[in-house]
Amino acid sequence: MGVSSAHMLQDFLQFTFAGLTNGAIYALIALGFSVVNNTMGIVNFVQVDFVSLGGMLMFSALFAAGLPMAPGLLLAVAGVALAAMLIERFGLRPARSGNHLVLIFLTVGLSIILRGVIKLVWGKNRMALPPLTPDVPVKIFGASVLPQALWILLLTLVTIALLTWFFYRTSLGLSMRAVANNPTAAAVVGIPAGRVRLTSYAIAGALGGLAGVLVTPITTLSYDVGVLLGLKGFAAAILGGFGSFPGAILGGLGLGLLESLTAGYWSSAYKDVVAFVVLLLVLFVRPKGLLGK
Amino acid sequence: MTGRQKILYFIYLHRTGLTVIGLSLALLLFPLFEDNPYTLGLTNQIAINAIIVLGLNLFVGYAGQISLGHAAFFGLGAYGSAIATVDFGLPAWPAMALVAALVGLIALGIGIPILRLTGHYLAMATLGLNFVFYTILLQWDEVTGGPSGYYGVPFLSIGSFEFNDEVRLHYLIWGVALLALLLCLNLVRSGVGRGLAALAGDETAAAALGVNTRSTKVKVFVLSAMLASIAGSLFAHTYSFISPGSFDIFVATDFVIMVVVGGMGSIWGSLLGAGLITMLPEWMDIFETYKDFIHGGILVLVLMFLPQGLVTGLIEMGKTRLALRKARQGRQEGSGC
Repeated sequence: MGVSSAHMLQDFLQFTFAGLTNGAIYALIALGFSVVNNTMGIVNFVQVDFVSLGGMLMFSALFAAGLPMAPGLLLAVAGVALAAMLIERFGLRPARSGNHLVLIFLTVGLSIILRGVIKLVWGKNRMALPPLTPDVPVKIFGASVLPQALWILLLTLVTIALLTWFFYRTSLGLSMRAVANNPTAAAVVGIPAGRVRLTSYAIAGALGGLAGVLVTPITTLSYDVGVLLGLKGFAAAILGGFGSFPGAILGGLGLGLLESLTAGYWSSAYKDVVAFVVLLLVLFVRPKGLLGK
Repeated sequence: MTGRQKILYFIYLHRTGLTVIGLSLALLLFPLFEDNPYTLGLTNQIAINAIIVLGLNLFVGYAGQISLGHAAFFGLGAYGSAIATVDFGLPAWPAMALVAALVGLIALGIGIPILRLTGHYLAMATLGLNFVFYTILLQWDEVTGGPSGYYGVPFLSIGSFEFNDEVRLHYLIWGVALLALLLCLNLVRSGVGRGLAALAGDETAAAALGVNTRSTKVKVFVLSAMLASIAGSLFAHTYSFISPGSFDIFVATDFVIMVVVGGMGSIWGSLLGAGLITMLPEWMDIFETYKDFIHGGILVLVLMFLPQGLVTGLIEMGKTRLALRKARQGRQEGSGC
């Protein structure tokens, strides 16, 4: 009896850690969706490919350029941010359309193109990315946790802290919040809309890229790895309330936990479905999401 | 009016009917000139896609909603027909109607709660539904055959006449596509269709003018789902083999791309969009690696420069040119006096 309940607790902890790890990734992606939504009012479907691009750039930084882990990570994240800025400047801004349907489909088109570029440069093969530090499982209350999972949780916390600092303490961050709050009033007081949009894309790219660098050692790396992860991140963003930063984090972690507990206690075959079923149920009951305004 | 003006006026007045007749004649004669089964197979694929895109365009273009989940209804039709004819041994035609009716009911059940959502929420919800459906197709393999697909769907037949080669299928599938086209053309000119257009323009204004927006949206959703289901049944009976890959979220996105490229809210644009996007991979044969660029590039360019789509966009451009020229002529004549 004592042994089996200890075993159950150990299993539960194991599933919880796995869920939090995936949830942190979803939260990073969801934050990227939210940033762009807040300043531009659109769903940025390119976000899913930022995740794949992050993993790919990390792969090249490590194996083609032979960089160590830390500079490689920074370079990959910065690279995705740069790519995101280029996409905003040359892919989205020339459209000058106010129609949301048009803008949403435009990001779908840009996403197809970026996926094509990734496929062309890195090929269709599945690749493996090494974890940040060697894979020696750490025992926490009897549950064995990979160091990569701890890195994911730690770096997600650091990122959230940085974002909070940026949005509450820097003038660019404050002006972005002003645009999110009331675009017309922000334009009236002279906040440069172009720079705000460019920055929001750079942040979204960096968040997606970081998620890609962190998660691909656990999954595998391929040109379309970001699609499912990205869609779950999107689901997390909507679950928490689209555009709300605490909502994105809560939605991401909640989704990750739910998924891993389902896989652990019920069926791993339908694990990927859980996210969307929960999302649909939430949308039916409370279309604004859990923390939506 | 002179005789020439009368004829021109007659043509202008009956432009839709005449175009439909012209298209029907062209399709009737097409197999006489083109007997390459491969090409006919492609044009049949265009017709199947056109049936879906016509319905989807009513929903996206006319009613102004988003659906990234219509590949699921397409798949429900295909797997429904396959399972009904092979596993339950039902005759194919009633099975097709039964499946379409069931899919309509499913769409009704989904549509009532889901269509309260708008914008990104609707996009996400429909995308989510399509993903759930695709995962079920993969995982529930004792019924669907799983990733390896479902084999042995019989051909459709009337008496002993089997639709088993490309030419016969050409007449069958294009016949259905033309019926769908007529249905859509008439629908958008009816009171319901005008209400739809009002809905796309401004939902609040439409509601204020007495359009029941909730029920109109649901009705169009159900109609488009049933059209997609019929297209799915035809797809299953044409290829006799179906697999989950034909019904995933990328296919759902492709359908939306067809709508957007052809023109949101343009019935004829649906045909053009379906044709263009279906043929694209064939023309791109040599450029296999660049397929994605061109696919995404066309969508991006059309949205940037002709956001109303090719058909509506080009027609409007022509109309503007014509109006400008007339105005200039009028001014010259005026100053001449």
